[in-house]
Amino acid sequence: MKKTHLITIVALLLLLGIGINFNGATAKKAPVKTNIVTTPPPPVPHPDPSIAAFQEMMKVVAHKRCVNCHPAGDRPHQGEDSHVHNFGVQRGEDGHGTVALKCSTCHQKENNDFSGVPGAPHWHLAPRSMGWEGLSHREIALAMTDTEKNGGRSIEEIAKHLTEDPLVLWAFEPGLNHEGVPREKPPISKEAYIEAVKKWVETGAKIPEE
Amino acid sequence: MKISFNINGETKSVDVDGQTPLLWVIRDILDLKGTKFGCGKAACGTCTIHVDGEAVRSCSFAAKFAEGKEITTIEGLSTDENNLHPVQQAWIEEIVPQCGYCQPGFMMATAALLNKIPKPTDEDIDDNIVNICRCGTYYRMRKAIHRAAEIGGKTNA
Repeated sequence: MKKTHLITIVALLLLLGIGINFNGATAKKAPVKTNIVTTPPPPVPHPDPSIAAFQEMMKVVAHKRCVNCHPAGDRPHQGEDSHVHNFGVQRGEDGHGTVALKCSTCHQKENNDFSGVPGAPHWHLAPRSMGWEGLSHREIALAMTDTEKNGGRSIEEIAKHLTEDPLVLWAFEPGLNHEGVPREKPPISKEAYIEAVKKWVETGAKIPEE
Repeated sequence: MKISFNINGETKSVDVDGQTPLLWVIRDILDLKGTKFGCGKAACGTCTIHVDGEAVRSCSFAAKFAEGKEITTIEGLSTDENNLHPVQQAWIEEIVPQCGYCQPGFMMATAALLNKIPKPTDEDIDDNIVNICRCGTYYRMRKAIHRAAEIGGKTNA
């Protein structure tokens, strides 16, 4: 074999070796599987008990199960993605739908888990003045406690509405959707929510800055 | 459970599971086949009836809620073939149905609308009649709803 051929072969082997090393250096390491489950630490409650209660309460009040029927406009929303209610459903004059397409045309006093149509007593839309869609927690609370917007309700009457109205509490028992899948519930229990509302009112119903 | 109600002018009692859709009580027990099953999810409106004068989708209306109610189905809109309900007359005049399956629901929804708004505008129709027709007879139905309003107006004059 000629000397020049040997030099060429050696050079090629060197280049190949560099390529293998280069690929090895850039390859991503496969994640190591472990049995350790990491969960984020629970948020520290606000030191002011009224604000802490407010933050708990808002986990429900600002949840889609409530806001879907507190729209900014005249059309309710529905579903986990809060899409505009199908079929062109509208508020109507009294929040109970149009004259021949009332909420009660489809929604009855309780969930119908066979058809997937949700229901609760006096199923209807909140008034326009209580449109919460797109509002911050602070803005919702300010509207909720404004007697010019809330129908002249005192803070105690608001608390009663929030903790006793079966339509509000439906959020915790929202039933199955039309595909038989349970609707998403608010992230805290009904009991924790009711306790938070009462605590918020008892401690001065503070509304924190954003 | 035993449930009693008035349907198309007659008092009826049935003994069924209270969760049974009223649609199936009407069709299978009372043998009134005019009310149709469509989607079973209160979405299409084919099963529309009147409960105490209000349009209701009977596939999603538990029979227990019918206790003591006044119920009207398409068969009860008019019981006299020589004196049809304006909606029935208009539907014939405008030759609305194609396959016809969804029409009883549309007619009951229209009758409920005319009870509230005797002379509906196109906007009133759009706002209230949202049933679904797979044959696409919407254009003829709109004409028929206006025609029914005319007939009703003359009848009531």
